[in-house]
Amino acid sequence: MGQLLLGLINGAFYAILSLGLAVIFGLLNIINFAHGALYMAGAFVAWMLLNYVGIGYWPALILSPLIVGAFGILLERTMMSRLYKLDHLYGLLLTFGLALIIQGLFRNYYGISGLPYQIPSQLSGGQNLGFMFLPNYRGWVVVASVVVCFGTWFMIEKTRLGAYLRAATENPALVGAFGVNVPLLITLTYGFGVGLAGFAGVLAAPIYSVNPNMGADLIIVVFAVVVIGGMGSILGAIVTGYMLGIVEGLTRVFYPEGSAVVIFVIMAIVLLIKPEGLFGKEAR
Amino acid sequence: MSDVDNNKALLRVADLHGWYGESHVLHGVNFHVNEGEVVTLLGRNGAGKTSTLLAIMGMLPKRRGSIIFNGTDVIAMQSRHIARLGIAICPEERGIFASLNVDENLMLPPRIQKGGMEVERIYDLFPNLKERRRSQGTKLSGGEQQMLAIARILRTGAKFLLLDEPTEGLAPVIVQQIGRTIGELKKEGFTIILVEQNFRFAASVADRHYVVEQGRVIDMIPNADLQDNMDKLHGYLGV
Repeated sequence: MGQLLLGLINGAFYAILSLGLAVIFGLLNIINFAHGALYMAGAFVAWMLLNYVGIGYWPALILSPLIVGAFGILLERTMMSRLYKLDHLYGLLLTFGLALIIQGLFRNYYGISGLPYQIPSQLSGGQNLGFMFLPNYRGWVVVASVVVCFGTWFMIEKTRLGAYLRAATENPALVGAFGVNVPLLITLTYGFGVGLAGFAGVLAAPIYSVNPNMGADLIIVVFAVVVIGGMGSILGAIVTGYMLGIVEGLTRVFYPEGSAVVIFVIMAIVLLIKPEGLFGKEAR
Repeated sequence: MSDVDNNKALLRVADLHGWYGESHVLHGVNFHVNEGEVVTLLGRNGAGKTSTLLAIMGMLPKRRGSIIFNGTDVIAMQSRHIARLGIAICPEERGIFASLNVDENLMLPPRIQKGGMEVERIYDLFPNLKERRRSQGTKLSGGEQQMLAIARILRTGAKFLLLDEPTEGLAPVIVQQIGRTIGELKKEGFTIILVEQNFRFAASVADRHYVVEQGRVIDMIPNADLQDNMDKLHGYLGV
């Protein structure tokens, strides 16, 4: 049962991160390899806000994603926007390079040992649920993740802004010909997607130690989640994120040796049977 | 004839050249459209009719020459700015968004100026769409998709419409309905460029016809003189 919970918490992070990747891939056609580095940056920004400026967890939960999002917007405006007309591969190379640079910078200044970040006092302690002990903070992570994921899904699928986003994903030229500022939409979408990564980073800071490799460790699994869910599928990214977190947790109970590879085995099977992913649309 | 009245033209296209990558598709297109007119571009497949519309809308990647709309040269403008001047396109492939339902497709193009049709009036014109408001865009029949593609640009307030083969592949009864709609729009003061292959349909709605061949306008026939020019037109269109 404890492992199931641990899996659900991992799933919460998978879901937020793969959601951001899916949103970005849908509109920008860029596989954002910098996503893990920006998640790590989100955690570091929260740590810096606390240790240099004295700003605590709750404001950081808002501020850090905004800072990471603004940084993402800067990257998009100055670099990525030059690549949209080229092959996917260039976007992949650029974001991969950016990821290495960002990680390298943090490693240079903060080392790799990891920095502690306290759980906010309101969420210390835990609940005894009878069959298991639930630390309050972990419960909060799951709730926050569900709220953010559902909120994002709602915004994209049910609002007017989301309709622009979906339409521009399908046919940006025509949406532009209706008078919509598509480049601005793209920039904001990238900022929002990486802002989600920053948010996940802050959530993760008190659980995992804040260290420069935290993103690199996670991002490979998150890419597998996106592939399984279906590239660019919003709902697919969310549902698959939680589901695979739980599957991974269960595997740890029944066959611990397999837990590190189970997601990749599932990815291979899904790719063989349904190459467009569980929730993906068939390529047109 | 209205075509003599050159100075009052709402749209004047002069020596328009256009390219897709290296491929030179428009070779100096010249024509004009007066306010309130319905003008067709007739011609064979690949003559450059669709490319001309795309160039006016700023959607052709590379273009040269001049396209004066309402006193503004739009040749170098981005399509979103051109749209803001009051031009709207209904593309050949219809461009209905699959991930949006009928209502969302209809409401997608932003209102760019006053005087756009109210949604209720649009649903009066296209009653079939109203019944299908919640359906996904691509679950519609071809005729319904075409109506939706026309309907959604009526809401925006744009008074200059570019309609690219709205009758293509549709049943006669639907073609008639689209013809009636174009007639209504003309009465309300819309100016329309219609790209057509079906010249019987074109003759039923248009004031003038431009014949496009190999990326140029090679002739202009007022609708009133169409009967007298039938042989010539058959020659142009190869029918």
